Amino acid sequence: MNGFSLLRIVQLGFKSLRLHKLRSGLTMLGMVIGVWAVITLVAIGEGASHDAQEAIKRLGAHNILIRSIEPTEEKTGGSSTRNFVSEYGISYHDASRIQATIPGLKRVLPEMLQRRTVFFDRFQQDCQIIGTYPFYPDFTKAQIVRGRFLSEFDDLHRNNVCVLTESLAAKLFAHQDPLESQVRVEEQYFRVIGLIREMSDVGQRPQGGEQEGRPMDSNVYIPLTTLRARFGEMDMDLRAGSFKLERVELSQLRLEFASIDLVEPAIPLIRAAMDKDRKKKDYELIVPLNILNAIKEQRARDTRMLLYIACISLLVGGIGIMNIMLATVTERTREIGVRRALGATRTDIVLQFLIETLILCLIGGLTGVAGGCAFAWAREYFFHLTTIITEWSVVAAFGLSLAVGLVFGLYPARRAAALDPIEALRHS
Amino acid sequence: MSDKAIIQINAMTKVYDLGQVKVHALNGVDIDIREGSYVALMGPSGSGKSTLLNILGCLDRPTAGSYRLGGEDVSAMSDRQLSNIRGQRIGFIFQSYNLIPQLNVVENIHVPLFYQGKDIRTCYDHCARLAAKVGLSDRLDHRPMQLSGGQQQRVAVARSLVNNPLMVLADEPTGNLDSTTGEEILALLDELHADGRTIIIVTHDPKVAMRAQRVIHMKDGVVDREDFKTAPERVAAQSGHSGLLFKMILPGSLGPNVSPYGAGTTGAETEAS
Ligand SMILES: Nc1ncnc2c1ncn2[C@@H]1O[C@H](COP(=O)(O)OP(=O)(O)OP(=O)(O)O)[C@@H](O)[C@H]1O
Ligand SMILES: [Mg+2]
Repeated sequence: MNGFSLLRIVQLGFKSLRLHKLRSGLTMLGMVIGVWAVITLVAIGEGASHDAQEAIKRLGAHNILIRSIEPTEEKTGGSSTRNFVSEYGISYHDASRIQATIPGLKRVLPEMLQRRTVFFDRFQQDCQIIGTYPFYPDFTKAQIVRGRFLSEFDDLHRNNVCVLTESLAAKLFAHQDPLESQVRVEEQYFRVIGLIREMSDVGQRPQGGEQEGRPMDSNVYIPLTTLRARFGEMDMDLRAGSFKLERVELSQLRLEFASIDLVEPAIPLIRAAMDKDRKKKDYELIVPLNILNAIKEQRARDTRMLLYIACISLLVGGIGIMNIMLATVTERTREIGVRRALGATRTDIVLQFLIETLILCLIGGLTGVAGGCAFAWAREYFFHLTTIITEWSVVAAFGLSLAVGLVFGLYPARRAAALDPIEALRHS
Repeated sequence: MSDKAIIQINAMTKVYDLGQVKVHALNGVDIDIREGSYVALMGPSGSGKSTLLNILGCLDRPTAGSYRLGGEDVSAMSDRQLSNIRGQRIGFIFQSYNLIPQLNVVENIHVPLFYQGKDIRTCYDHCARLAAKVGLSDRLDHRPMQLSGGQQQRVAVARSLVNNPLMVLADEPTGNLDSTTGEEILALLDELHADGRTIIIVTHDPKVAMRAQRVIHMKDGVVDREDFKTAPERVAAQSGHSGLLFKMILPGSLGPNVSPYGAGTTGAETEAS
């Protein structure tokens, strides 16, 4: 079989398939959908896992986060009557103990979060007041858009200065330049000294039911010292008719280690340090490194799962193709007989039908690849959802569709060739 | 006309085993056919004519007996060898035309060459010339569905010639055609014969058989009797004009120099011209 006859057989295949456009199209559809599904599903899964990994990475694989959480018994145990003020969370004492005892610790970043409303002119906006240290942006990779962040000087002097997230400033300042303006939180006025853009990051994301619905990007950053002096440690929750006071010294503590290897061994030490003199479990440890590993593992599982689904859908497509090809062989028995009478060998006939099947699969596969890529692109472009087309999924889906064509095309093709020329000719 | 026997059949039987019954379609047939002869197979329905012709065309294998085609023992050949023989030495014309529906006229004519690895681009002219020869030069790109029965059969005739075969086998080629159209096809066959090709035709029509030099009558799977005709009888049988007309349209175009392939596969051609 030389190259030219192969080309001719391919042309012949196209001719035969064109004769039944609808049927060929429908047969291909199985393949198209199979391949499309593989590429799209993998792209969506990959995108989601990429997002999660990015978020975790931003939080830092070097880091451990300790976060205050309201103990569960206080939540349910009628806090509105007896324990009017619920008191929990990380204390300054905890922070200094950790700083003193944990080896390999590079920096500790405390944060105090309180829910307040910020006013400017006629505008007001629910926000999160974050009392923190000057190296906050360096630590969290937040980006300073304009002006500057809080300084050591501000911290030392408990200055009434603040930095706003870019998006909060946009809502609060319709026409003015936010820089050097004075915003009000309760009775306190703060001078805006900078704008900042947060990376979307799990450390900043509202957790649980407490802060749900609050935009995570409406933050007002002030020196921790200023926050303590002006607002104390009380936080009020005025929602859905309930009135609740909380007393929390520090909302969260970010620990940065000198290297990733130091993270794992530090975990039990941190727990020991925290649990000393502690009666209730009012903190949680978030270890991005562990989450990252878990996500990676989950991703591998998801990928395997998708591959199974893909195999099944392609199998179904393949069976559809085999079904049609068997029908085609029966329908074209006469043609097979004629070709045999005119000199076609069994190999010629096998090739003819195999190549027809392969053409179906090839075009179906290519259409599926194109469709999958187009879908992924559209999803990213129109909905801004991270969608990542991986090469392996394209190659695997396409390769599988061809393999399916070969496997499921071979049987009908061999059946066609096995026919005796005279039997085939006699077929009506 | 050569004295060489192109076909030698000895004690050939063909038995169809249908379980309870065995059908003896051929029951010991001995025939020699000389190269360049024109033979008609006649006989009642079920007498084994088609069975014999199919075996002659290497489409079917005999149950017993020997078959030598051009001196070679065909019964021992592999499927691939038989395919090659069909593709290179034999031209078929069927009662039901048997064109390939998805191909146009030229492509249909080209099919036997296709299986010999010859590209249609290199032998398009050859195929088109044959189409013209059978009067279809203005329908080269028509599909079989767009042609009448007679036109389809003409394509089949052209196709049977494209590989410059040793012999042309036709099983009731005019069976589905009206008498005028049938005449045209038969005239084409006469032309082929005049060019030195061996022609074996199965027919029920005595008028058709009249054109042959030799008529083999079959009955119950054996040769019943044979008639050899002399030249004058045959000339009378031909309706005269059609064959001549054909010659006049394309004078000498069926000569041995027509095919660029396998020149001289038939020694008869040179002798005939
Ligand atoms: N595939 C087959 N299976 C069983 N029997 C068969 C088969 N082909 C032919 N026969 C039998 O063989 C015998 C000869 O058949 P064949 O087709 O050669 O007849 P024929 O002379 O061509 O008849 P007709 O003039 O009707 O075409 C018949 O009895 C037929 O029934
Ligand atoms: Mg018959």
